[in-house]
Amino acid sequence: MSTSASSDRIERQILLAAPRGKVWHALVDAESFGDWFGVNLKGQRFVVGETTRGHITYPGYEHLVCEMQIERIEPEQRFAYRWHPYAVDPAVDYTQEPTTLVEFALEEHADGILLRLVESGFDRVPLARRAEAYRMNSGGWDEQMRNIQNYLARH
Amino acid sequence: MPKQPAWQKSAPVFAALGDPTRLRLLAALCAGGALSIAQLTAGTAITRQAVTKHLQVLADAGLVRNDWQGRERLWELEPSRLAEARRALDAIAAQWDQALARLKRLVER
Repeated sequence: MSTSASSDRIERQILLAAPRGKVWHALVDAESFGDWFGVNLKGQRFVVGETTRGHITYPGYEHLVCEMQIERIEPEQRFAYRWHPYAVDPAVDYTQEPTTLVEFALEEHADGILLRLVESGFDRVPLARRAEAYRMNSGGWDEQMRNIQNYLARH
Repeated sequence: MPKQPAWQKSAPVFAALGDPTRLRLLAALCAGGALSIAQLTAGTAITRQAVTKHLQVLADAGLVRNDWQGRERLWELEPSRLAEARRALDAIAAQWDQALARLKRLVER
């Protein structure tokens, strides 16, 4: 997995040794997306222009609802949606805040599919406030710190 | 009491950063500790009024603070807000890394 960083965006790319159709299905079939992302989207579909909602299934985050505004579905090529990143304080209404754009792009590679992920728009999101809210409202900060340590250890 | 959108509670840190002059001011404060307006405008074409305005935007976002030392007002970095934002972004990136690893396991099985 390779990475790059700026304050506005998160970029990742990962090589998946799987056929394009299978990768595509895991992205745009809402239930499959929910399985690996960690949100309960059972019985739901991703439709361009519509919002899909589900509870986070990741331990410690189950009280949070994830809302995805589906923006683009180009079959087997691109999938994009908007959401409120790091909306970790249930007491705060994030709906008036700017969203970030999450884009997946599938590229042909000799060993499978190269999946590119870009989440952009963080420069307009007051993340510092969220980090504070997170620390105050969640017992999961230690867990996150371990995640960050794991992340740093690998890069 | 109605819920307050978070962006109304505090000026967005990242919006405050989205300006080259303000980034330059932050860089100067990072390097130079507490500086006066005169020191911050030295060697630049920008007016004291403009710098003061930019510093106020940064202060509203909680990125810098000022203190009077005698008759001079000195500006310095308030590093905690930047660190918080950076930490939040790192946490989001770490969540993506974990999610993409799960996606890999799912499609490669």
